[in-house]
Amino acid sequence: MPYEFLEHEADIGIRAWDKTLEKAFAQGGKALFDIMVDIKKVKKVSSVDISCEARDIPALFVEWLNKLLTEADIKKMVFRDFKIKSIEPFGYDLYRLEGIASGEKLDPKRHMIKTEAKAATYFGLKYEFKDGNHYLQCVVDI
Amino acid sequence: MSIELKQVSELIWEIPKSGDMLVPGRIYADKDLIKHLVDDVNRGKEWNALVQIRNVACLPGIQKASLAMADIHPGYGFAIGAIGAFDTETGIISVAGVGFDCNCGVRTLKTQLTRDDIKGKEEDLANELFRTVPAGIGSEGEIKSSLAQIDEILIKGAKYAVELGFGWQEDLTFTEEEGCVKGADPKTVSREAKERGFNQVGTLGSGNHYLEVQCVEEIFDEKAAQVFGLFKGQLLVSIHCGSRALGHQIGTDYLKTLESASRKYNIPIRERELVCAPFKSEEGQRYFKAINCGINAAFANRQAIAHLTRKAFHSALGVDEKTIRTLYDIGHNTAKLEKHKVDNKEKALIVHRKGATRAFGPGRPEVPAAYKSVGQPVLVGGTMGTCSYILHGTEKGMEEVFGTSVHGAGRVSSREAAKKRWRGKDLVDQLKGRGIIIKGHSLSGVAEEAPGAYKDVTQVVDVVHNAGIAKKVAMSVPLISVKG
Repeated sequence: MPYEFLEHEADIGIRAWDKTLEKAFAQGGKALFDIMVDIKKVKKVSSVDISCEARDIPALFVEWLNKLLTEADIKKMVFRDFKIKSIEPFGYDLYRLEGIASGEKLDPKRHMIKTEAKAATYFGLKYEFKDGNHYLQCVVDI
Repeated sequence: MSIELKQVSELIWEIPKSGDMLVPGRIYADKDLIKHLVDDVNRGKEWNALVQIRNVACLPGIQKASLAMADIHPGYGFAIGAIGAFDTETGIISVAGVGFDCNCGVRTLKTQLTRDDIKGKEEDLANELFRTVPAGIGSEGEIKSSLAQIDEILIKGAKYAVELGFGWQEDLTFTEEEGCVKGADPKTVSREAKERGFNQVGTLGSGNHYLEVQCVEEIFDEKAAQVFGLFKGQLLVSIHCGSRALGHQIGTDYLKTLESASRKYNIPIRERELVCAPFKSEEGQRYFKAINCGINAAFANRQAIAHLTRKAFHSALGVDEKTIRTLYDIGHNTAKLEKHKVDNKEKALIVHRKGATRAFGPGRPEVPAAYKSVGQPVLVGGTMGTCSYILHGTEKGMEEVFGTSVHGAGRVSSREAAKKRWRGKDLVDQLKGRGIIIKGHSLSGVAEEAPGAYKDVTQVVDVVHNAGIAKKVAMSVPLISVKG
């Protein structure tokens, strides 16, 4: 169970973790799309490059999730697989993420649509390294 | 964790000003509703509404109190059901005070039909509405827009939809701001936001959004009901939705802008989602112009859906589209420039209402002429299994809460808990047994919206009614509910 959903009355919290920071970010992507569709039903047909920047790792997590929402929406896609190529310091005071999201065109019937995620927020935002795992957490607006 | 709470009157509770708070917190609730909020704090629940109310009370320029309505429940940054009014000179503007679904709101249409008129045809009508009004993830709308057209929607709002033939001038008369708020500048909205908005004008969305056919079951105020054109047994249609992905992207874009602004202007932030900018700053003004674009997009969206609703009624029942008239259209996720009395002086304020409905009283210039003697209609949505209310604004509401009311029942159970407790299919069957037809694109979405996951809407509405900040006019029950 590399991610879990946290109880929040109106929205939904996600917590994702893994052995490396890059993998924890990828788990976060899965959690996000698991809110919206049955990701097991999504096929890996095409990939989209994703890059984003933020001041710190927690903000980069929100940025990554929001970039995924934007790209999926504009390209009318859903994603199921995520790979982070790099997370590195960038410029004067930023971190930059380079990643790939894979999936296919949204098919509401086959993908068993659930609930639309509006945006990842800074609420409940947390990043910690504990017992050998990187944990990332935030609340997603439904 | 503990929060001091004082009962000021039967239905008003106060978090006294302490520490960094610039004003007290003030909550309109009965004993039972307040107990639920206090229990959350006592159980050490990290995400709770009382802490959120207290945090908002610390934001620069806040006036009178950090207010909360009876439907209050935890949100992000601001609680849902929260009101924060800020001085335009010294105050701030915040994404969390508006929400990502800018101008999410309700439009209610009134028909001249009664329940008997659709007897035996309910299923046909439900199917026609479900087919005609796009809903759910990935749905596309009636208006296919180019980039230039999107800009027109952002500037003109519902007016643009009417220009395209989706409705009539009268719809605009009975829409808040006449369906078009001023000060919208499309240059403040990103290309991504516009691209996301291309195909979604005239779509319902998902989550708690719905289109409901309702029947007026009770009239509480005959005079006001007459002014609003409501009668017992009448069929109404309520449309609950917002600015769709275009609005969500505006929130996402400006969350980043305001985070830098909070640092630039040294605004102390107690919780990261509460990032904000001084209203008068360049960043604050840009966000405000973008919000106005989002507000107009939502007005256009509900206008287009109203048009589709009329078409569906016409094809299913042969009803003349002209007889389906707009009662009112109002947002409940907004930041608006308004004038209010503070310490007996009229002040310009930027009023954030996050899951709270404007409820202006009689005589206010913003209220349509036809309703001026009564105050504006306040549209309070219930759940798919309970009921909805129509109230009117009051003078007392203007004095105490910047002319604001509850917006809905307010959740008590999380979406995760609801899905564990209820199954979508069982709910659809149970409600069918009670004569309510549910048409949903997602059964798990239906489970998340189970009536039991919400507070009792009647209890919540009774608080504002008995406190006198808005008064009950009519109550309606659902017959058909279309969900995303």
